[in-house]
Order: sequence, then C-alpha cells, then structure tokens
Amino acid sequence: MNLDRFFDIPSDLQHSWAGLIGLHLREALLPVLAGLLLALPLAQLCVRFRWLYPPVLGVTTVLYAVPSLAFFVVLIDYTGQTELTVMIPLAVYSLVVLVPAIVDGVRSVPQETLAAATAMGIGPVRRYLQVQLPIAVPAIMAGLRVATVSSISLVSVGALIGNQGALGNLLAAAQKYDRPELALNSVLTTAALAIVCDALLVLLRVALTPWMPSGRRPKTAPRQRPVPQGVTR
Amino acid sequence: MNVLNFVQAFFSDGAHWHGYDGIPQRLLEHVQYSLLALALAAAIGLPVGLLTGHTGRGGNALAFIATAARALPSFGLLVLIVIVLGFGLLPVMIPLVILAVPPILVTTYEAVRSVDPSPVDAARGMGVRESRILFQVELPVALPLILSGLRSAAIQIVSTATIAAYVSLGGLGRYIVDGLYQRDYEKVVGGATLVAVLALVTLAVFWAAGRLAVSPGVRRR
Repeated sequence: MNLDRFFDIPSDLQHSWAGLIGLHLREALLPVLAGLLLALPLAQLCVRFRWLYPPVLGVTTVLYAVPSLAFFVVLIDYTGQTELTVMIPLAVYSLVVLVPAIVDGVRSVPQETLAAATAMGIGPVRRYLQVQLPIAVPAIMAGLRVATVSSISLVSVGALIGNQGALGNLLAAAQKYDRPELALNSVLTTAALAIVCDALLVLLRVALTPWMPSGRRPKTAPRQRPVPQGVTR
Repeated sequence: MNVLNFVQAFFSDGAHWHGYDGIPQRLLEHVQYSLLALALAAAIGLPVGLLTGHTGRGGNALAFIATAARALPSFGLLVLIVIVLGFGLLPVMIPLVILAVPPILVTTYEAVRSVDPSPVDAARGMGVRESRILFQVELPVALPLILSGLRSAAIQIVSTATIAAYVSLGGLGRYIVDGLYQRDYEKVVGGATLVAVLALVTLAVFWAAGRLAVSPGVRRR
C-alpha cells in the first residue's frame, strides 16, 4: 500500500477526488429525495386506508430483499449503463425504508392532539401539514437517516455495471492497477460521507423539533416500530 | 412481461437443477453463509445489547458504534479486505457481520430499555437477582422487538450474501455475477428471484419463531 498516492486518482475515472465525492452525493441523495417525495403520499394513503398498509408492507419487503446488483443488471435492459440505472433501485430502497417510518410516525400522533386541532377549526389538509407531519418528524428523520446512509454505501456497487459507482469506481481501479490505497480511499471517503450526512440529518431534526430535548428521546415517547437499519450491500 | 419470461425460462431449464452450479447446491451454500454470518453477528450484538439495555448505560456509545458500522460500505469493504487478505470465507464474513451487528445491537438495547419498569422494580423488590431479572422478566417482554431486529439483520444478510460470488465463492450470487459477465439476464433474474424468495422464507421463519417463543401474554398486547 502506497499511501503517498492516496489521492492520486487514475485519469480514466475522469474525475478528481472532489469530483467523485460530488458525483457520489448526487447519485446517493437524489434517490433518497425521490423516495421521500413518493413515500409521503403513499404513507398518507396507508394511514387513510388501513387495509392498504399490510399489502404495501409485503410488496416493499420483497423489493427490499432483491439484491442491488441484480436490480442494476435487470435495469440495464431499460435504462442502459447510466446513472439512472443506479438511482432507480436506490430510490426504491429509500421508499421501502421511509413508508413504514412515516406511517408509524403519523399514526403515533395522539388522538387528543388531532381532536384539539379539529376543535380549533383546522381543516384536514392543514391538520396534516401543520400538526401530524411535524409531530411525526422524529420518526421520519430516523427513516431518512437509515435511507441516506444505506444509499451512500450502495452507490459503490454501481461500479460493477460499468463505472457508475462514483467513489465505488476507485474499487475497480484499485484492482485493475493493483493499488490497494485507492480501495482504502473509497471505503474511508464513503464512510465519512455517510457519517457527515447522518450528523447533518440529526442537526436538521433538532432544528425541526425545537420542543424536544436535543440528543435523546424522552422516555415517554410512543413506542415506534424499529425501521430497518443499514442496508449496505 | 420481460422479467417474468426470464424467470420462467430460468426455472424450467433442467440444467439449472443439477450439479455444483445447480439451484439446490447454490441455495445450500447461500443458507450456510447467511446462517454463519447471522450467528456471528448475534453472538456479538445480543449479549452487548442485553447488557447495555439492562443497565441503561452506554446508549450513546452504542449509537455511535452502530452509525459508524452502518456507514461502512459492505461492497467496498469486501473489495478492500480481499485485496489485503486474499480470497476466502473470512473476507465475506467480515462485511456481513459488520452489516448485521448494528440492527441487532440497537434493537436489542432499545427493546430491553423500553420494558415497562414496574415489573422490573417489583422483581427487584422481591429480591430477584439481576441476571434473573434480565432473563426472566426483561427478556420475555423484549423478545418481540429483539426478534424484529434479528429479522431485519437476517434479511439484509440474505440479500447481501450475494457479494460472496464476487470473490469467487458460491451462493446464489453466483447466478447474478456470472449472469452479469455472460450477459445472461435470465440467470441474473433467476438468481434475484431465488434471493427474494429466500428472504420471504426468512420472514416466515421469524414469524413462526415469534409464535413459538413469545409468551402469549406478551403477544396479546
């Protein structure tokens, strides 16, 4: 291992180290955003129509179990060897983590709170946006953290379908040029990105929920279903 | 439906049912890797989670370890370890165990910690020893949540054990990786279907384990 050449990225990757980080963040975070935008209405439907939730959970569990590499390879047929092929499965995995998190968060809002909001003359839409969602924020953020961290670590697998793995491409380069320091760079940088994004989400949660004691949950918090943790594959 | 045709073609091909690359053999290998990784992860995560949950201390340290372990990319870790250590079973087990420990650890800790304190206090007031409080009061109540942590760890292991094929081991990932390089989508889809089915079987096993192991009094809540 030659640590002097830690940041010496082979030119065939066509990106600097910082460029790879930017690419990696885009490939990892856009799918999480897409997953969140899809998960919010889907979760609301599941809250509204209770019978819908078990089948949705079943389908998402099956999708979650499909290995990312297989997902990528199957999609090549439709979207080619592009970033989109990596981003679609990541969006699906995010969706799978976020839907139960949001449903359980919204459901954990106490009936009295909802009744109070209704009694104050707040309509259903405003009640959802201004009462239910804010109270569900801790649960949603817990789901977002898991989705973000796993998405960041899964992007690397895209290296297997033709240089679509951003920082993961360093792994292929490490093998091709027999330079282990590039693999170390890939693992450490990816892990650092995941930890930084995770920390930012924690800060965001603290900022969004000023009524909660920062850091730890109060002991009386309603029992939440644990969201699936860490989907690194 | 393109994908369904692939699935049908894969499973109706007799050649996929025999020999060292047959479905039974690959399935067996996959189950072996998964069970070994789950056992190792449980051997690390369960005792630590039970102990920290019982004492209620070390929660922050635990959360930090879990976050760090979750942040490590399994695939990158696998490639790095193979470059450093060479091929074998160990390079596959390390990422799988690192993947599975956080959900087991965190859920077990949360499960034991969130047990209703009144029966625990009652037991302590009756002079029950701490170890018996943990195993006879807290553990039965926390069991459903602990099992759910083990379950999500098991499902992730089953779907991630496919990476074993990337470093020349067997398992169902063989079909996916070989299919990728042979441009044989039928194989890829077939392998993915098998992994998804195995994950569903895992869910069913945990559901059955929950029915058998969780006391009826706890289940009714």
